Amino acid sequence: MSRPLLEIRDLTVHFPLPRQSPLGRKRTLRAVQGVNLTLNEGECLSIVGESGCGKSTTALTVMGLQEPTSGEILFQGKPLTGAGAPSRKERARIAQMVFQDPYASLNPRQTIGRMLSAQLALHGIARGSEARDRVAAMLKRVGLMPDHADRYPHEFSGGQRQRIGIARALMLDPKILVLDEPVSALDVSIQAQIINLLMDLQETLGLSYIMISHDLSVVEHVSDRVAVMYFGRVVEEGDWHSIFSRPTHPYTRRLIGSVPDPDAILAGARGVPDAAPVPDAARFSPDISRRPNPDEEPEPSALVSIGESHSVRLAQ
Amino acid sequence: MNGASSDPVLSVRDLTIGVGRSAELLHGVSFDILPGETYGLVGESGSGKSITGLSVMGLLKRPLGVTGGSILFQGEDVLKLGRRARRKLRGDRMAMIFQEPMTALNPLATIGRQIAEMFVVHRGMGWPEARRKAVEALESVRVPSPEERARSYPHQLSGGMRQRVMIAIALACRPDLLIADEPTTALDVTVQAGVLELIAELCKAEGTAVLLVSHDLGVIANMCRRVGVMDRGRLVEEQDTKALFENPLHPYTRGLLAARPRLGSRPVAGRGRLTELDEVVADEERGRDAPTLTTPRGSRLEATA
Repeated sequence: MSRPLLEIRDLTVHFPLPRQSPLGRKRTLRAVQGVNLTLNEGECLSIVGESGCGKSTTALTVMGLQEPTSGEILFQGKPLTGAGAPSRKERARIAQMVFQDPYASLNPRQTIGRMLSAQLALHGIARGSEARDRVAAMLKRVGLMPDHADRYPHEFSGGQRQRIGIARALMLDPKILVLDEPVSALDVSIQAQIINLLMDLQETLGLSYIMISHDLSVVEHVSDRVAVMYFGRVVEEGDWHSIFSRPTHPYTRRLIGSVPDPDAILAGARGVPDAAPVPDAARFSPDISRRPNPDEEPEPSALVSIGESHSVRLAQ
Repeated sequence: MNGASSDPVLSVRDLTIGVGRSAELLHGVSFDILPGETYGLVGESGSGKSITGLSVMGLLKRPLGVTGGSILFQGEDVLKLGRRARRKLRGDRMAMIFQEPMTALNPLATIGRQIAEMFVVHRGMGWPEARRKAVEALESVRVPSPEERARSYPHQLSGGMRQRVMIAIALACRPDLLIADEPTTALDVTVQAGVLELIAELCKAEGTAVLLVSHDLGVIANMCRRVGVMDRGRLVEEQDTKALFENPLHPYTRGLLAARPRLGSRPVAGRGRLTELDEVVADEERGRDAPTLTTPRGSRLEATA
């Protein structure tokens, strides 16, 4: 099976902006502009970039929580958007999401057990004692105890809540997990536990991840492939090692250079690894020395391959 | 710089913070900050680093209160000062920057007014003069077109710009001590670098001492020469930053350093499994009786206790 599990094709999401005056021209915010990404089975694809770059909008579109303006998303070759798209209920068994703030995403008035078993009943998978057994097994799988099912969200610590968030996402046995900043609200020591848990689950359950993150050190550890987004476009994409050992687009280099890395700072070596060579006379797009205007038509550009599974956006 | 350079600007001694006499959250923390020095307090949530900073400012909220110890600011125990006297200190000789600039700024007042207020309250200037000084202050924190920005409201600025405004307010009266509690945690990495650089540069120029509270070891390494590690309400280790990273003394510090994902540390083949804290440090080693460990040239004797 060489067909990717999920394909995002030429995805564009525009939001209308208010006119600056009643007779002013129509303005659009180009949140996502022509994004192409593929996710293979069992792989972790990370989308990195700063706030407002379109990474979360892209993830929401995969989840069906945001309608694309144009472009399509295919799951195992079948469209997930537009006509013939699966229903919300069918989608729930394809992709699930783990949110940044686990507390905000849990209902404070429901026990963990009720919350987890409700999904099983709704989808007609299991009820009663069978549902209870499945909940207990899932809690164990994410490193909690079966009797935690009787507790309420406020009785758990931040790390435990994120485990519950992961359990909730896994109850319906989805193929894809969209992880939206899964560890950025957690302490360093808890981060390591959750990252290790996610990697173990990926291996045992054969899951595929799309991880949205701004924390490059976490991304380096977890990802198979990385896409760097800047103002709605993918500016560099490749396998994790190419991105981190040969960061080439000026924006990727700036991102990697901004990570406050204690070892590098103290060693006085604050360097970013050398860029991969790009074709002569090529110019990177967009020009990051000035802030692009997301309200304007971008200049023509294309992702150009600069190595085995490594491409960067150049102006045409 | 003020005073003899060997006298600490801030000297916290055996500080305990609790709820009444019953629950103690901070168990006897001591550290010194020298003039012009940037001292880091690093720890996880609940370690007590933020309440330490707040207690120095006198901003602890009930039912929390200082239950013992002393906080000497330029030789004077601020815990013995009345409310009015402490209020005069705040914003003038000591100032604070918080994590979330949007909640720390008044949404109903212009940026210019909020900076100018500092000069009116602490320097007795008239408003027109104070407003002119506010524009200068905005210029010094490198906010583009400061005249125009002075007339903007906080919601019209980006997160990084808001944090620059907070810095302008905090440094308006040239304080001797700046307390920065997670100043860049809410910002994007690319913006974070610029804001940290700005704090470092301005404080160096004025000789301002900084107490930097952060959970981010990278930020601490970038900014501080000396650092104190906090765990469960106790300062467990204090060292020069470089020595701390090269040779952590306390088991908790070793665990914390081992658990963080580090850029460039993933093996090319295979997965990037991380070391978990409890694989390095046992829970008993983090208990209440953990002594403070310092380097041999550290000044404290209880390290050997």
